[in-house]
Amino acid sequence: MADTVKVATRDSYGKALVELGAVNDKLIVLDADLAAATKTGGFKKAYPDRFFDTGIAESNMMCIAGGLSTMGYTVFASTFAMFAAGRAFEQVRNTIGYPHLNVKIGATHAGISVGEDGASHQCCEDIALMRTIPGMTIINPADDTEARQAVFAAAQTDGPVYMRFGRLAVPVIFGSDYKFEIGKGVKLTEGTDVTIIATGLMVGEALTAAELLKAEGISASVINMATIKPIDRDIIIEAAKTTGAIVTAEEHNIIGGLGGAVAEVVCETVPVPVVRLGVEDTFGRSGPATELLHLFGLDAANIVAKAKAAIAMKK
Amino acid sequence: MDTVAKKQLKETACKVRMGIVESVYSAKSGHPGGSLSAADIMTYLYFNVMNVDPAEPAKEDRDRFVLSKGHISPCLYAVLAHKGFFPVEELKTFRKVESRLQGHPSMRYTPGVDMSSGSLGQGISTAVGMALGAKLSKSDVRVYTMLGDGEIGEGQVWEAAMYASAKKLDNLVAIIDNNNLQIDGTVEEVNSPYPIPEKFEAFGWNVIEIDAHNFDEIEDAFNKAAEFKGKPTAIVAKSVKGKGVSFMENQCSWHGTAPNTEQYEQAMSELKAALAEIEAEG
Repeated sequence: MADTVKVATRDSYGKALVELGAVNDKLIVLDADLAAATKTGGFKKAYPDRFFDTGIAESNMMCIAGGLSTMGYTVFASTFAMFAAGRAFEQVRNTIGYPHLNVKIGATHAGISVGEDGASHQCCEDIALMRTIPGMTIINPADDTEARQAVFAAAQTDGPVYMRFGRLAVPVIFGSDYKFEIGKGVKLTEGTDVTIIATGLMVGEALTAAELLKAEGISASVINMATIKPIDRDIIIEAAKTTGAIVTAEEHNIIGGLGGAVAEVVCETVPVPVVRLGVEDTFGRSGPATELLHLFGLDAANIVAKAKAAIAMKK
Repeated sequence: MDTVAKKQLKETACKVRMGIVESVYSAKSGHPGGSLSAADIMTYLYFNVMNVDPAEPAKEDRDRFVLSKGHISPCLYAVLAHKGFFPVEELKTFRKVESRLQGHPSMRYTPGVDMSSGSLGQGISTAVGMALGAKLSKSDVRVYTMLGDGEIGEGQVWEAAMYASAKKLDNLVAIIDNNNLQIDGTVEEVNSPYPIPEKFEAFGWNVIEIDAHNFDEIEDAFNKAAEFKGKPTAIVAKSVKGKGVSFMENQCSWHGTAPNTEQYEQAMSELKAALAEIEAEG
């Protein structure tokens, strides 16, 4: 991992759309005046007829996406996570979710790692919001490889999908042999003392944490949970049974995100300690992304601490 | 419009009004006032304008309709039933468990409903998306949407209006049912949308003003809208809320209230008398 290439998943998203546009002429991309930032600009350049910029009107964009999808199109609608899940929540709920339309929401700039723009743009609530919409699939890819595959998988899935991408360049973890599947968690390392279930950019930190724990004689299993909904219950139950303690790690509020989803499964099946690592129900602030991630405890060192806490809670 | 065609339209619209009263009475809830104000235009739209086929409700080249003011579902359902999308008798199941007729339109339940709606301000945006899709597919599909005059207080309506004219969606027609009343009072008292025509003109629309209960004016408006190129058309239709049922007319209390048995019987007898009068016309 030391000298891995770093790519922001928003870039992976933009490139995947261009690839998909070549093979699917029914694919349309919408943006709300952020094409340069969400990286849909590549698609705009390649397929100008199938790209629509609705301007700074995210609510309108989401409903236009819904309407377009009923005309036989697969529609990707992009903006920042804050506006996709936040401002347009009710439009997504009522006009995309309720009729279960074929709209894929490409939400970029999720989480604290937005950096300097600060709390107004650092959406740490989107997973929680989207999870409450029946039939919504939620994917939070960990790296470039997974993000590309997630976009392809979303395009092939009928119904609404919320995809969460980051602004910050993150290490490419997976090779070309990696296989992403909607609804399936992937165990990256085997362990016996504790399981770290991570999503998004925290997956890389989880792998580092597992190494640090190993050096202290603690055996940690790491699971990459890219699909938050539908959550992979089987892999969570197996982790609870085999390691008896779980740490979740996400760049999202500890309320309602991956931690909540995992805890819900564990509590109702194999009750074991679950310690949630995430943004501690607070707003973000301005600063360089990498500094902010440490400031908010979204790093390997904190995962190590939480893992020890989870292990200590075992009966 | 020739007298035979007009007589037929009036008859159908009257039956649609009966269907509205019947369904709201059966459900003991629903929105009769705005349903009755829209009944004539909705009847004309489905019987004389739109390319739709009840035998094939999902056919690809059909014209689309989005009821942006989704609460007047009784009107849409009554029109669809009389058009043949489902039995008129089914209107009595409105809002009941296991019914296909949800409180607000749902495309997943009801044949002939092209888009789920009900949350105000969103329907017009979906209609814009449909019109955009039709243009992209180079199809002749035309898209119609109906909004309330209170509904246009939603900011999203104007996001949609701005985009529709920016994209020159001349295959889109928005009808504004201007019955002047919303839940809390007259639209002027609450948050005046007036002047409505000037607002749509300023947003780059072709605007036509009509009397919502005059079939000659309704016909003329849809004909002009079909011919107009380069801009979407807004038909601002001055209507009477509760039209056709004397005690419901111009009363905002009938926005979302169901009649009791006595009121139901009075409403039905008024509508039956009106129908008999139309049938007796030469």
